[in-house]
Amino acid sequence: MNLRVVQVSMLLMGLVFSILLFRIFQLQVFDSDRYKRLAEENRFRIVKIPAPRGIIYDRNGIPLVENVPNFSISIMPENVSVLDLDALAALLGIQTQKLQEKLLRKDKSPFVPIKLKQGLEFRELAGIEARRSDFPGLFIETEIGREYPLGKVAAHLIGYLGRIPQGQENNPDFRKLPPDAMIGQWGIEKFHDADLRGTAGERVIEVNAIGRELRIIRQRAPIAGKDVHLSVDIGIQMAIEHSFGEKAGALIAMNPESGEILAFESFPSFDPNAFAQGISGAEWKLLTESKKKPMLNRVLQSQYPPGSTFKIVTAIAALEEGVVDPAMRVTCTGGLSHGGRTFGCWKKGGHGAMDMHSALVHSCDVYFYEIGKRLGIDKMHKYATAFGIGKETGLGLIKERPGLMPNTEWKKEARKSPWYLGDTFISAIGQGAVTTTPIQMAQVMASVANGGKIYKPTLIKGDFSPVATVELKPDTIRRIRAALHDVVAVGTGNNAMSSLVPVGGKTGTVQVVGKSSGLTGEKYMDHAWFVAFAPTDRPEIALAVFVEHGGGGGAVAAPIAKTAINAYFGPRKRSADPEIPLKPVQKKRQEATGD
Amino acid sequence: MIKFDRRLIKSFDWLTFGIIVTLTIIGIMTIASATRPAIDGADRPDFYLKQIVWLCVSLCAFFIIIAFDYVWLQRFAYIFYGIGLVLLLVVLVAGKTSLGAQRWISIGPLTFQPSEFFRLAFVAGFSAYLTSGVAGGLGRLTWPGVFFFAVLPMALIVKQPDLGTAILLLSLFVVLCLAKGLSRKLIAGVLVLGIIALPFFGHIFWEGLKEYQKNRLVAFLDPDVDPSGIGYQINQSKITIGSGGFAGKGYMQGTQGPLRFLPEKHTDFIFAVFAEEWGFLGSFVLMALYLMLFLRGLDTALKAKDDYGRLVATGITAMFFVYFTVNISMTLGMMPVVGVPLPFVSYGGTALLSNFIAAGILICIRTRRFELFYPHIW
Repeated sequence: MNLRVVQVSMLLMGLVFSILLFRIFQLQVFDSDRYKRLAEENRFRIVKIPAPRGIIYDRNGIPLVENVPNFSISIMPENVSVLDLDALAALLGIQTQKLQEKLLRKDKSPFVPIKLKQGLEFRELAGIEARRSDFPGLFIETEIGREYPLGKVAAHLIGYLGRIPQGQENNPDFRKLPPDAMIGQWGIEKFHDADLRGTAGERVIEVNAIGRELRIIRQRAPIAGKDVHLSVDIGIQMAIEHSFGEKAGALIAMNPESGEILAFESFPSFDPNAFAQGISGAEWKLLTESKKKPMLNRVLQSQYPPGSTFKIVTAIAALEEGVVDPAMRVTCTGGLSHGGRTFGCWKKGGHGAMDMHSALVHSCDVYFYEIGKRLGIDKMHKYATAFGIGKETGLGLIKERPGLMPNTEWKKEARKSPWYLGDTFISAIGQGAVTTTPIQMAQVMASVANGGKIYKPTLIKGDFSPVATVELKPDTIRRIRAALHDVVAVGTGNNAMSSLVPVGGKTGTVQVVGKSSGLTGEKYMDHAWFVAFAPTDRPEIALAVFVEHGGGGGAVAAPIAKTAINAYFGPRKRSADPEIPLKPVQKKRQEATGD
Repeated sequence: MIKFDRRLIKSFDWLTFGIIVTLTIIGIMTIASATRPAIDGADRPDFYLKQIVWLCVSLCAFFIIIAFDYVWLQRFAYIFYGIGLVLLLVVLVAGKTSLGAQRWISIGPLTFQPSEFFRLAFVAGFSAYLTSGVAGGLGRLTWPGVFFFAVLPMALIVKQPDLGTAILLLSLFVVLCLAKGLSRKLIAGVLVLGIIALPFFGHIFWEGLKEYQKNRLVAFLDPDVDPSGIGYQINQSKITIGSGGFAGKGYMQGTQGPLRFLPEKHTDFIFAVFAEEWGFLGSFVLMALYLMLFLRGLDTALKAKDDYGRLVATGITAMFFVYFTVNISMTLGMMPVVGVPLPFVSYGGTALLSNFIAAGILICIRTRRFELFYPHIW
């Protein structure tokens, strides 16, 4: 072997060493920070400890939601070398093929456990725990699930939880949450999500490559979410659960002296438990595309003409503006002719001579045509808007609709046409272009009940302050209250009469099609309204009931109002009488947990 | 019996000896760190103790080897080589499967890896063949020679399949031919033909590979294909080395090995664990030790008293060099993972013993470069 071969060999070696050294230098010096980070990521696993979510209570301290542990079983496939699929499938009670599909999903990220089954029952849990040594890599995870013991009752109010929607992961509100966190998606659960959610704790664990936890490096305890104490009395909502039957509609009750909402129910409702367990696409489609629109919050989102309930506003405007002497009589012959058209009264034969009191009690349309004519639309507009018609109440639970109070200006802009007296007539009786949401009518009722104060409605107990006052003469209030009392006592709202408290109210029946059209079927039925307050001397509750295509307000909506009022005052009367047992709510909860 | 010459001590190659013992001690220390338990208070696996025992065994073998003149090696070279071939055959028929390849045979409680000895037998045998007249003198390699020293062993090893040894044998074949001075044209021709034939044989070769070997090749070409699957080893090895930084995490402070993120941490990927704990500085020192070992080997080859010594010294140096290069390259992600240990440092008794025997022969060649006459060996 000659020297040249040795020289060439040395050169070769030098070259190889230079390349290797350069590469080592690159890894250990240039890119070192990146690899250090990767090594730390290898080593530590950050486990989020879910914070117990705040509980939502009604005004009497009855919990409306429950936190329940939810067990799920997962597997880390990277830790498993041999797996008896059939045995595992049998243990979990799922089909071998489905199990295989879950395990062999292509898009799975490495070292992320695969969830095999959720919502395990205790019996299953025990069975799996006993045989876990046969299946290394299998582990049980505990999450806190949410249950809604009331089911469909108050579902629109309470709402439900769901996973962070896709595409929202980078929303700053959610960035600190684990990707599979459940967040409020509807109702109070959504509106007060930040309070209810709490702060998840964190445990930094040193793990080895097979995911075995070696030691805890750092730990931060979770901070439980804040409870929310609602102003509602769930007893009212339980009582009216079946009052609407198959009909769509809404009931909203508030404390006239605070604006605290006492009942908030929209029909049809939905079962939030279905959402909490993860709703399928088909189920969601069914809910959103159903004709009855169960996901529409009818308290805030349905706007319809208020019908005769609006006569309260017309009457107040007339009294305040002094355009009419309350004792003045108008003779109703069943209609009023104007400009070649007849504006009918709902009572074909006519009411005869009507003063303001009897016109309200019997809901005479002709009387209010006359009043409307004397007032003019712009004065009506002034009072209606002062009571909040035509703009959102600002409750904030979900996007609210504003309703509409027309005036001459509005008609010029929206309809490109001048205002006619006929428009005034139908506006005076709450038809035509006038539309309100149920919460607005409840607010009108509350304001009448409290003497003109306007509170911003609130769902939180004790969180209230008046925002405005409609200056009303005491005489006006006295007269209106007396008339509304007689509406229930002797008039169209007789079905709302309660044995517990004196009730005042006003019916409303909104025509969907003309009476002469001859069309029948549910979608041509009238909308039923009823607004009420009780007791008439010192009102504690003001409410609005709306039944879509329900029929006559006095026949359909008034009884529901009575049920609600009885449910509200019943327990107070009963509390003096120890013979009467627990509230129905608590009974229901026992049933839910007892099986 | 044994003629013990004082010159044997005077001219003993302390440098090579010092380097290999240092490397082995570094190896034992790193094995101890790599296999230490991740949980405080758990039992420590005894890999490093086993390696210490193997070091003692290897040292005994080493001293026996250097006591004799290497001429015995030349004399029995063909016998060794024949035994080596038979062992390869045995491993194919009755071998134990480990990590997907049949490389081990058990004799009683012992298991050993015939390819570790075969590579020595190959160096001895092929060098003997090249220095004997049978090779056909300068510039010619007969077909029986090509068959016995290239085709047959390669076939047996590829059948296992053992990619690392295959690469080594190919390299040794070329290096020894070059060292002997056989026609470069011929070798170049064979290589060119080989490269041309590669697409054809490559297909057969690819089909012959086990699934894990295919995966390793794919993973090498693109480690991010499946970072937890086939590219996992390469990625974790790079993370291990890179996270060591300039000064290292400190001895027994590495996390990648003990937490088992790095597979084969105490065998094929031991350099990564060492580099994690000792950083670039440590890596540099280790590289320097190897470079000295190789240069010393080349120097030995240059100074050998005869052709056979020269070829064997070249072969052994080349063997160390190829293993070193392949091992370091694969831990650095520059080569596919082929399962080649780092000489003297990786855990593995058979390999350590065989490396010490090889080093013994190397030192023997250097030590006896002044002996002009072959002493009696029995």
